[in-house]
Amino acid sequence: MPDRTSRSTTDRMPVRKTYKLFIGGAFPRSESGRSYEVTDVKGRFLANAAHASRKDARDAVQAARKAFPGWSGATAYNRGQVLYRVAELLEGRRAQFAEDVRAGEGGSARAAAAAVDAAIDRWVWYAGWADKIASVTGSANPVAGPYFDFSVPEPTGVVAVLAPQQSSLLGLVSVVAPVIVSGNTCVVTSSSGRPLPAITLAEVLATSDVPGGVVNVLTGQLADTAPTLASHMDVNAVDLAGAAGDPELSTRLEVAAADNLKRVLRAPAAEPDWRAEPGMERMLRFLETKTVWHPIGV
Amino acid sequence: MSPAGKKFEYAPAPESRAVVTLRSSYGLFIDGEFVDTADGRTFKTISPATEEVLAEVTEAGPTDVDRAVAAARRAYQRTWSKLPARERGKYLFRIARIIQERARELAVLESLDNGKPIRESRDVDIPLVAAHFFYYAGWADKLSYAGLGPDPRPLGVAGQVIPWNFPLLMLSWKIAPALACGNTVVLKPAETTPLTALLFAEICQQADLPPGVVNIITGAGDTGRALVEHGGIDKVAFTGSTEVGKMIARSTAGTAKKVTLELGGKAANILFDDAPVDQAVEGIVNGIFFNQGHVCCAGSRLLVQESVYDEVLVSLKRRLGTLRVGDPLDKNTDVGAINSAEQLARIRELSEVGEAEGAERWSPPCELPERGFWFAPTVFTGVTQAHRIAREEIFGPVLSVLTFRTPAEAVEKANNTPYGLSAGVWTDKGSRILWMADKLRAGVVWANTFNRFDPTSPFGGYKESGYGREGGRHGLEAYLDA
Repeated sequence: MPDRTSRSTTDRMPVRKTYKLFIGGAFPRSESGRSYEVTDVKGRFLANAAHASRKDARDAVQAARKAFPGWSGATAYNRGQVLYRVAELLEGRRAQFAEDVRAGEGGSARAAAAAVDAAIDRWVWYAGWADKIASVTGSANPVAGPYFDFSVPEPTGVVAVLAPQQSSLLGLVSVVAPVIVSGNTCVVTSSSGRPLPAITLAEVLATSDVPGGVVNVLTGQLADTAPTLASHMDVNAVDLAGAAGDPELSTRLEVAAADNLKRVLRAPAAEPDWRAEPGMERMLRFLETKTVWHPIGV
Repeated sequence: MSPAGKKFEYAPAPESRAVVTLRSSYGLFIDGEFVDTADGRTFKTISPATEEVLAEVTEAGPTDVDRAVAAARRAYQRTWSKLPARERGKYLFRIARIIQERARELAVLESLDNGKPIRESRDVDIPLVAAHFFYYAGWADKLSYAGLGPDPRPLGVAGQVIPWNFPLLMLSWKIAPALACGNTVVLKPAETTPLTALLFAEICQQADLPPGVVNIITGAGDTGRALVEHGGIDKVAFTGSTEVGKMIARSTAGTAKKVTLELGGKAANILFDDAPVDQAVEGIVNGIFFNQGHVCCAGSRLLVQESVYDEVLVSLKRRLGTLRVGDPLDKNTDVGAINSAEQLARIRELSEVGEAEGAERWSPPCELPERGFWFAPTVFTGVTQAHRIAREEIFGPVLSVLTFRTPAEAVEKANNTPYGLSAGVWTDKGSRILWMADKLRAGVVWANTFNRFDPTSPFGGYKESGYGREGGRHGLEAYLDA
């Protein structure tokens, strides 16, 4: 891929980036020592990305579980601030993201820039939800008796997110942000063929105020890590977006998810247009409703 | 003095059975009529209090399930989805009124078939059933205000399978929101408690509900499986065991069916040292001995703060000594019959395991009737988290007592279960209640009360207690494509 990073340079040898996993706020290589070749749309070499193993997936779940009490216990205002900060840093890396997206997805420079802009705006949109979800989805329940009774949304826990295969940044942001904004933590499998924007996003998260372990990113093959995540007894929910168009795989994962009754957001028949208005679905799916009763009296 | 309290002597006060007219046999309620089975069999439903045969009912076969689903689909396409929402609501209001009018009959029949005390079926189950229909009747023409989008659509045909512990109440939790949202239903009641569902079918006839909107097919596990796995339904709603819930989650994988599951529980009832002990003991007793402990959200693990352990145990045992176990139709009865021989065997087995694993078993002096299925209220002390009676759902009148020292330890122990349906907290300190309520991973938290239910109040679990909510605005989401 020499021409990609040396495009506007002179004779200077460019310094390439090593793309690694993102687990618990650190950037390890795969414990398996394996990597795989990532190419651009024309088949030219871009990078060697880490090929995550089942053990990496389990480590990532552990990191996500460890981060859950802190992240879910943070105030909604604080989560909103932290996520907005991520958007600020994304903005600063627009050029790099556009380059990553265009290399992986093809298309014009303008289209890649538009996808990046949409991804940043999507992130800002979700950040603003942090302290509004409870008002919109909670309720005071007028029970027929002397009780104060209210319902509040709470995060489901650790969510395994299979990011879309095609839309490597906008799609990724559209599935990660709604999961973490409410206090869930997650393990994300990136697009297998287009993993670079996910790792660049991880670099942004690592240098923002998002605590380590809230988002963990695995690159590699879906078939290697997804079954482990879907059957893992310490994962509470799974978003199968990345298995869109593969009913055999997504059914297998949904069956595995039943072992501990994970909440499942099923894979669509084909990857949707992520530019569409997202609605609340992806946030709601990873929330539990807790109802609290207390007697009223003197 | 014996730790058990003294019972007052009361003369028997049985509720009359005359209000109930039972047929000798019942067919399936499909397309507005009672019909004979095409490929099923018949079985008997008995009173668990006396083992008397109450009636013969039908075990629906696969062809019956096909017919019921087809009737529901026709009714959905031709009638129910075309009816103005306001009119749907009026049918539900009408049903609610008939339930109130026939409340005594329903309560007696429920106690006969299920074994629960008439005091509970009369004062809790049936009033809540009517309230549930009233509540969702009002939603039918207000769905666009439910916060689920501007134009939420019904799903189509719902397949619903319900348990035997609150037969008609669970029917109402399933049918009322389904119909209010514009769906039609095929419902299977539990094999040991089909009778109130069949009486409900008559109520649908009295209400002139269009044929096929509600179909009731009786049967056991095979009938339930045929319904849940039927290709003609759009929605599965199940209340029952976590084991069956997982089977349903697997069998519906890869389909477009929307699934809600309300499953088992192993709730902790947490008693702090500043709680008024007598009041808390009332709540603890209600938490585990209400409905013979056949309650998925029962407070089956009592966590007592160490400093008040002795005092609480004395008070608890005294209160248990005053519980009246016996004839479900007697108005003085507190604890009725265990629902089935099978369930009794399960309760006995786990209680024996409790003893074998080293917990100390205690029951008040208690005369049990000779016929029928009975189990004395039972308390286990010296229970640890590793004991099976502290981990597995017993679904009977058996309380396991554990202790804790700090609030953090109480939370740790309460959450140390794959279930997450409910929890109870007893303390006088408001800030502690809210702190505990925040930390407990359970769908319902009762603070200084327990086992309260209301149609406006969402109910459902975390983790392996299932997913989806029933009741309240949240309960609509299970039956809408929003």
